[in-house]
Amino acid sequence: MTTRTNSLKTTMQTSKNYEVRDPQSSIETQTLAINVGPQHPSTHGVFRMNVVLDGEVVTSLKPVMGYLHRNHEQIAENMSYAASMPYTDRLDYFNSMTNNFGWALTVEKLAAIDVPERVEYVRVIMAELTRLVNHVSAIGFLLNDLGAFFTPVLYAFREREKILDIFEEVSGSRMMCNYFRFGGLRRDVTPAVLEKIRGIVNKFPAFLDEFETLLTKNEILCMRCQNVGILPRDLAVNASITGPLLRASGVNYDIRKVDGYSVYNRFEFKVPLGPKGDVYDRYYVRILEMRESLKILDQALKGIPAGEIMAKKMLPFVKSPRNFKPPVGEAYGRVEGPKGELGFYVVSDGTAQPWRYHVRAPSFINLTILEDMCRGQKLADAIVILGSIDIVLGEVDR
Amino acid sequence: MFFGSGVIKGMLVTLKAFAASYFRGPDKGGIFTVQYPEQRLAEKENFRNFPFLVYDKTPDNLRCVACDICAKECPPKCITIVREFDKDNKPLKRPAVFSIDHTVCMNCGICEEACPFDAIFMDHNFEIASTDRQGDLLLQKEALLKSNDYFNKIRPTDASAIDAKRAEAEAKKKAAEQAAAAKAAAAAAAPKLAAAAADKPAVPTEPPKTV
Ligand code: SF4
Ligand code: SF4
Repeated sequence: MTTRTNSLKTTMQTSKNYEVRDPQSSIETQTLAINVGPQHPSTHGVFRMNVVLDGEVVTSLKPVMGYLHRNHEQIAENMSYAASMPYTDRLDYFNSMTNNFGWALTVEKLAAIDVPERVEYVRVIMAELTRLVNHVSAIGFLLNDLGAFFTPVLYAFREREKILDIFEEVSGSRMMCNYFRFGGLRRDVTPAVLEKIRGIVNKFPAFLDEFETLLTKNEILCMRCQNVGILPRDLAVNASITGPLLRASGVNYDIRKVDGYSVYNRFEFKVPLGPKGDVYDRYYVRILEMRESLKILDQALKGIPAGEIMAKKMLPFVKSPRNFKPPVGEAYGRVEGPKGELGFYVVSDGTAQPWRYHVRAPSFINLTILEDMCRGQKLADAIVILGSIDIVLGEVDR
Repeated sequence: MFFGSGVIKGMLVTLKAFAASYFRGPDKGGIFTVQYPEQRLAEKENFRNFPFLVYDKTPDNLRCVACDICAKECPPKCITIVREFDKDNKPLKRPAVFSIDHTVCMNCGICEEACPFDAIFMDHNFEIASTDRQGDLLLQKEALLKSNDYFNKIRPTDASAIDAKRAEAEAKKKAAEQAAAAKAAAAAAAPKLAAAAADKPAVPTEPPKTV
């Protein structure tokens, strides 16, 4: 962190004339411009915040991103549709299964591929397991940002580890799963794996209870999180915020419900909403979402049918994905990722490579609201607010 | 509840976990980490790391026919294949150069999926750290070759399925050859020729035509 004192008139002017100084005070104070990051443990990756402080209060905050830019979209336009699949793993590297899901869904929409029943169920199971992984770690890291250094994270990672073992068993890799294929899956899940998932689903509520005893009523957590970084409902909608961040602000919008993609409309689950939209609500919405995910998992495990794991239409392309040429057209497919609406927009010109490929990354769009939430808060709270958005820089910068 | 009871309850959770780490098993709240490298977790069969080439019995018998399909499917294009030619400049069904750049490979497993000859598979060996980029991380054919026995050892389910499939294909081909030979023998009534034909070693099948 580098610090530099100056009066920074220009920055002050652009920050919507936010006035925090005590008008009665006659003491002339200076504002302080601080670079938080790009190499800073609280920024969750290579991300920089240009903060202007008046005392300890944030008067302006400009997120600076792009340090991890890998040209994902352009790369995808230069290779076959299937070859982008492993690249999507690397967007939000915590949730590769959901990223795969989004991309598979988009191309299936584009080429009108019907997906076998069993595949849909396995996909839902994997996506919900991913949500568990993401939310426990997000909460763990949020607590890290609060100063509870690594105790909650390790509780979270203990559970995450069990789920990653499942991912490794089915897909071959813990994080870079590359498990979904257009119209199907890489390989079937064995009964033994389903049994293990069942074991996890049965034990997870006990862990959540433990986690909640550790955190939910903890006075320090409450004092640090309640009424901090409030995101008003209207602002959240106007800034097209999605995911737990939006639902914590009380907007009932969950793509699993709205679109009912895959087989989500067959399952009973609720959409938890927060009353206020502060950091605490974001924490608690995530806990509740995990409980709902467990319900979905339970139903999916009960209902999973036997059957094919590849659509008939796509069988010829299993061995040669390079020859898959969707018809001319465009498609936008979206899934409710753990961080928000993950969308893929693709335009096909009938060749084996997409003509245009675009990712709507929830982390990136949710990050745009950071300044509005931080203005007027203490610097230490700005760190917590950033943690509560739950970003992954792999997805922000792409 | 008095102020601070939440913190105290939380502390009790951590205290319980602390105690459990000494007396309980890993699945009951005890320590679940292992002391690598002395202790190791069992490898998952489907675990994939970097690809290797399979050979049957001896390293000359590699299954790869240098069809270049895997190199074309590979997303970051880290496979380089050069076909071998014989003295008369006739292309042979084997690679002269087959290299995989481990610094580029993203362990996606697409090469394994795409190979029509069951020649390339994902390995389990992850201890490949090196300071030599060219020597140790740009792997040539010799370093990539591993026996079918090794493949059977690390991934028994997949390997046995593939062995069965190959044996079946082999048997079918043998039968077809024998039938053809018998036909030829019957037609020409030259038993010597037929015997020679039946002894002919099996050649790999042609790759499926892809456009
Ligand atoms: S696809 Fe298989 S046979 Fe063809 S070059 Fe690659 S490894 Fe060899
Ligand atoms: S694993 Fe993927 S990146 Fe590596 S060589 Fe095979 S196809 Fe290429």
